[in-house]
Amino acid sequence: MKTDNQKAWLLVLPVLVLVAFSAVVPLMTVVNYSVQDTFGNNQFFWAGLAWFDDMLHSERMWNALGRQIVFSSIILAIEVPLGIFIALNMPKKGAWASVCLVLMSLPLLIPWNVVGTIWQIFGRVDIGLLGYTLDALGIDYNYTQGFYAAWTTVIIMDVWHWTSLVALLAYAGLRSIPDAYYQAAKIDQASRWAVFRYIELPKMRGVLTIAILLRFMDSFKIYTEPFVLTGGGPGNATTFLSIDLVQMALGQFDLGPAAAFSLMYFLVIMVISYVFYIVMTNLDKEEQGQ
Amino acid sequence: MSDRTAAPGASHLPGDVTAEDANTRLKRGSRVNGSAVVMTLYLLFLFIPIYWLINMSLKTNSEILGSFSLFPQDLTFRNYEIILTDASWYMGYVNSLIYVMMNTVISITVALPAAYAFSRYNFMGDKHLFFWLLTNRMAPPAVFALPFFQLYSSVGLFDTHIAVALAHCLFNVPLAVWILEGFMRGVPKEIDETAYIDGYSFGRFFTRIFMPLISSGIGVAAFFCFMFSWVELLLSRTLTSVDAKPIAATMTRTQGAAGIDWGVLAAAGVLTIIPGALVIYFVRNYIAKGFALGRV
Repeated sequence: MKTDNQKAWLLVLPVLVLVAFSAVVPLMTVVNYSVQDTFGNNQFFWAGLAWFDDMLHSERMWNALGRQIVFSSIILAIEVPLGIFIALNMPKKGAWASVCLVLMSLPLLIPWNVVGTIWQIFGRVDIGLLGYTLDALGIDYNYTQGFYAAWTTVIIMDVWHWTSLVALLAYAGLRSIPDAYYQAAKIDQASRWAVFRYIELPKMRGVLTIAILLRFMDSFKIYTEPFVLTGGGPGNATTFLSIDLVQMALGQFDLGPAAAFSLMYFLVIMVISYVFYIVMTNLDKEEQGQ
Repeated sequence: MSDRTAAPGASHLPGDVTAEDANTRLKRGSRVNGSAVVMTLYLLFLFIPIYWLINMSLKTNSEILGSFSLFPQDLTFRNYEIILTDASWYMGYVNSLIYVMMNTVISITVALPAAYAFSRYNFMGDKHLFFWLLTNRMAPPAVFALPFFQLYSSVGLFDTHIAVALAHCLFNVPLAVWILEGFMRGVPKEIDETAYIDGYSFGRFFTRIFMPLISSGIGVAAFFCFMFSWVELLLSRTLTSVDAKPIAATMTRTQGAAGIDWGVLAAAGVLTIIPGALVIYFVRNYIAKGFALGRV
């Protein structure tokens, strides 16, 4: 299939140089900070692994990590099934299909802080439709003060924002299934569920893995939307990893701990994503083998 | 037997479409309505919050805070007027668009040859390199905010458009390579070989023959680069102060001493949705096709 060609490196070179400048250099700065201590004046001292040790015993980081994992799990558990369900109900062709595509893509292209603003305006008890309605119904809802209200709002906001991405990917997977499969199912008198379980779901596996991978990575780095909406509050209720990190690095300027935190944060994402990646490439191989 | 199994399987002649459709629609009955209801509910869920933003942007602040109504009682365009006549406001949009376009062009330009190499050749360390590129897509911008600030300050690029464009390459280049590689794998290798036999040089083959073949892939990749650069706030805010300040950062201005200027904030929000909506409109066919062909 592919031929061996070491000169292909030349084609990759521009990417390599660019990414080295925009990723490796900054990352090395982080590594640098993570093993040093400073008393200002740009004087640094070797601190070894002290910061890593500190962070590993920091309740603050573990709490943020816990909140992050709970958040990512919840939104994946909602967005993936909902996205598939929406994709199954989308019009197959014609003008309505492209209208639906355009309308559904819209939330994806709204700047993330505006997403926060939209839900801030929508959810406020005094001026928001949602907050006002819930308040009128006698439900105690205030996302700036209530723990559950804040979490629910952040989760609904994320579902609102990203379900379309899962739906569009699942839809693309569905579109690529040849008609012959459905005809065969029809001849076999397969039930609706059987068609979904044995034809549509396996055929969507590839795109769904991408969807889950993208949603996992992005939800794990979520910053702007909850920052605008709740500012990480009430208390620390919605302080996810990135919010905590930015507070530490840019707010308090604790460079050492923040750098150690960064590296561990990055490592967690990388390990989980690596597992996804391996699963995905194995799927590709299986498909090619068929 | 449900309709879903029947509908895609029903192959019909082009001229026969309406009769056939009407026919199946009669047979399907309630199920079609079920789908329509689901889609309507989902689109309502998507658009009610956006409607509310538009509603707010057309009200005066006293109306927003003083009374509660589903539509503006006292229609005003003053909020938009404030934004469109004040350079410090509308330059935010211009700045954002400039660095987003720079980023899209840079990302696609460097990603094209790299994706070609990944899709066609085996070379030393190719798989590791590919995964390493992807790890940059995973990197939380929060990790990079401070080092970026220091790096770009030290090379004198702080507060320029190119700084933000380069910073966004961090996640857009890997994504573009990933998407384009998926599309290029779908192009048979024989096409390359035939072109080389016919005496095409690599450059001419790539630009004249290969790029038109994967144009929908380029469209999709450009769309995603545009999207992820346009929506990003953390890095663009950290790397700019005045001259290249993005609209997303400008919007924080509405939080003054006297509270938040809700009307102007909402109007600014509505205006940020428009470029995105235009882009979607222009690439809608690519998206439908591209989603189906490529990886993303």
